Amino acid sequence: MKDSKKLNVSAIKDGTVIDHIPAENLFKVLSILDLKSLKSKMTFGTNMESNKLGLKAIIKVSDKYFEDDEINKIALVAPEAKLNIINNYKVIEKKVVEIPNEVVGIVKCVNPKCITNNDEIVTRFNVVEKSKVALKCHYCEKITDQEHMKIIK
Amino acid sequence: MKNKSLISINDYTKEDYIKILNLAEEFEKNPTQDILKGKVIATLFFEPSTRTRLSFESAINRLGGRVIGFTDATSSSVSKGETLNDTIKTVANYCDLIVMRHPLEGSAKYASEVSSVPVINAGDGANQHPTQTLLDLYSIRKTQKTLDNLNLFLVGDLKYGRTVHSLLMAMSHFNTTFNFISPVELKMPNEYKIYLDNLGLKYYEHTDFTDIISRADVVYMTRVQRERFSDPMEYEKTKNTYILNNSMLVNTKPNMKILHPLPRVNEINVNVDENEKAYYFTQALNGVYTRQAILASILGLK
Ligand SMILES: [Zn+2]
Repeated sequence: MKDSKKLNVSAIKDGTVIDHIPAENLFKVLSILDLKSLKSKMTFGTNMESNKLGLKAIIKVSDKYFEDDEINKIALVAPEAKLNIINNYKVIEKKVVEIPNEVVGIVKCVNPKCITNNDEIVTRFNVVEKSKVALKCHYCEKITDQEHMKIIK
Repeated sequence: MKNKSLISINDYTKEDYIKILNLAEEFEKNPTQDILKGKVIATLFFEPSTRTRLSFESAINRLGGRVIGFTDATSSSVSKGETLNDTIKTVANYCDLIVMRHPLEGSAKYASEVSSVPVINAGDGANQHPTQTLLDLYSIRKTQKTLDNLNLFLVGDLKYGRTVHSLLMAMSHFNTTFNFISPVELKMPNEYKIYLDNLGLKYYEHTDFTDIISRADVVYMTRVQRERFSDPMEYEKTKNTYILNNSMLVNTKPNMKILHPLPRVNEINVNVDENEKAYYFTQALNGVYTRQAILASILGLK
């Protein structure tokens, strides 16, 4: 275990490692994936140096494998995230996240006059731009951009 | 279009517009019929809009239909805290179609998803008011004998004006040349200009239109409201620039017509009303025929 990278967060036997999360969005990712309701063993590391992101965070979840639909939701706050699928201490698969075409129930609409901000209605957006995320509200048709994006929960 | 809700002008294709306009033309020739006999239509006005409501109710009554509903939220169960979901689901049991106006944006879309009968959006906040746009198209086609290749002037509050945004979207199907005339603070938002760029359509921006009005086929006036300005001085400086006067119409094209979604405040001087180029009151009348066409089409009667 001379490799300094491995000292950051301990290894897991089976499960998923989510790497390259922008440090400031770690808690958003935890909330989007609803990890607090999961009983698995988890380790988080944050404010680790990354050439790409400045400071990054990493999540390791034992015995958990995410469906694509589930994991793609985090692309909104961690577009560079990389997944390592671990089996018996070995990486058996690597995945990147992809921004979905539709975002349901994660983001709050930026428009205070939107029906979803005034009645108990699940938000729904069409993703109109993926590189610099822009979400068009299915109800009020207003655009919520990256800068104004607020995660529900 | 049968049984399909009309929430946004983007719900309809170019062909759908034409179909509605042709139908509206038939209703204009024969506005009193009994094709809605036995039908009950709910007009749910969660905020008052007498003009729009009367236009719908006139359209329904002239076709022999019955109207139920409320004219503002204070006189309904809504004031007792009922959710939109519950109001719509309940009312849908009592009628064949719902016409609704609501101050919150996206409310009509949501209503159409929980309603068992089709919904027509009669205005959801600053978002959409598609029947207004269709009656605008009808008025333009009727006065210009075509919708193609026209020079359309949009004047006034182009930033917040929902009617001009929807009209722009609809007219973009017809190779329109757009002239945007507004105070700098109330310019047409970029997203619409990008949209026109992508379609390769021409548009020009101006802060005054006295010198260029002679090029217009249609001048669509809207109100410039003092509250929209961050600097009240700016309003005072520019307010008279966006008021149409009879003297400005001297060198305009013979086919030119002035439209306005109404109500007007002072952006069109009353001395214009007698000018043959003033069309805004007839435009309001066209709303009845257009709404008859929309109702008949959604109910599958035409
Ligand atoms: Zn919205």
